Amino acid sequence: MTALFDFHGVRLSKQGTTILRDVTATVPDDGLTVIAGASGAGKSTLLRLCNRLDVPDRGVVRFRGADVAGIDPMELRRNVGMVFQRPALFAGTVRDNLLVADPAAAETALEGVVERVELRVELLDRIGDDLSGGEAQRVCLARTLITDPGVLLMDEPTSSVDPAAQRRLEDLARRLCLDGVPMLWVTHDVAQMRRLADHLLVLEAGRLVFSGQPDDRDAAGALARIGAEAQ
Amino acid sequence: MKGDVSPLGLATSLLLVAIAVIVSLGQQLRLEKRLVWATVRAFVQLIVMGFVLAWLLEPSRSLAYSWLWVAGMVVFAAWTVRLRAPEVPGLFSIALTALLIAAGATLGTIFGLGIFPNEARAIVPLAGMMIGNSLSATVLAARRVTDELADKRHEIEARLALGQSSKQAARPYIRAAIRTALTPQIESTKAVGLVFLPGAMTGLILGGVDPLDAVLVQAAIMYLILGAVAITAIVVALGVMRNLFTPDHRLRPLTRTVG
Repeated sequence: MTALFDFHGVRLSKQGTTILRDVTATVPDDGLTVIAGASGAGKSTLLRLCNRLDVPDRGVVRFRGADVAGIDPMELRRNVGMVFQRPALFAGTVRDNLLVADPAAAETALEGVVERVELRVELLDRIGDDLSGGEAQRVCLARTLITDPGVLLMDEPTSSVDPAAQRRLEDLARRLCLDGVPMLWVTHDVAQMRRLADHLLVLEAGRLVFSGQPDDRDAAGALARIGAEAQ
Repeated sequence: MKGDVSPLGLATSLLLVAIAVIVSLGQQLRLEKRLVWATVRAFVQLIVMGFVLAWLLEPSRSLAYSWLWVAGMVVFAAWTVRLRAPEVPGLFSIALTALLIAAGATLGTIFGLGIFPNEARAIVPLAGMMIGNSLSATVLAARRVTDELADKRHEIEARLALGQSSKQAARPYIRAAIRTALTPQIESTKAVGLVFLPGAMTGLILGGVDPLDAVLVQAAIMYLILGAVAITAIVVALGVMRNLFTPDHRLRPLTRTVG
């Protein structure tokens, strides 16, 4: 099976600091792949390479076999949706936010996507500022889903929400995966990784230190280090 | 006509600068040096300008020199803009383009349509007013665009991640920046006559011109300035925006402007 993403010899520096050091890894085209690592390990940057919000200084990133550098970035980003760490709602109502993503969306589509992320349809007319952190993050997910992406990138989406909202987003992510939307999920939370991961990549100081199944014995050492840092 | 202010009168008016210096000293504002420097510099610049104008206004002088002088002012203004906002990448060429377009459009209109006579005595001062007023709007627009995109980076990247082009993603924030850059000029245009009498009109009235004739001249100048400021702010905002994104629709690393 062709990999979802292939990173080959990827290196990237920002403002003189090396973020990723010769990362070579494969993300399978099914289920939920967790990219774990301590703060500053390069997890989010690796994720941003997948939709070309960042580009490597060296190396190649392939999406289903095609070099992302050769794909129109706007087309790539419509196909590879992304939810960010901090919910970035635009000015206006929830409906306005969804219409930014798909200006031609019919009312039924708006209601459908809101229900898909387990929000009440009445929230469509609510101003973004009035939402809780968890609700705002689910609106961001709905906004991404309305463009019907084939893949989802989740950049620590639960870091700014309470534990209940966190579990709700995790359940939602699992269901989306079961619906056939493969997902990359960045976290530094080992417990969350254990709840979610079908596949696991572990980064440490910009290097890939593990790639495989989360219950693999070799994963334990790398995860222990992240766990120790997160305490 | 000979001016009413004698050299002694001018020297006496320096008393007003002295008041500003005393206030600065009294309040420990530490602006004394800058006040004196600004006063001396303005005087020297105006004297030089006076000689240049006198030379340009000689009846035998070709108009080409006046337009050459205007071109020099445009280049100097673009350079000043770059110095005032050095954090904004590629600002000199953007400001130069904006000021040239604004000068072409506004001066072309007022001289091409015969609103003012195509003479050195009109070309140089009017171009000076147009460029001088556009200069602050240019700096303001460039800074606002850079700050707005730096502050709203997370929103803009969320838009880019939805598949929007850099132009689409930046549009709401560019609009806000242009509005901010144009607001001072719109407000001063609204307040003209009620709150203050602009320089050109004041000068004409002091020079003995009928106030109603002075009003007509001033109104035309206000519209010239408003048009020029609008054009420069829009061209600069769009040009700066273009420089802040990569060709593959990524937002470059940005730092907020200072001051």
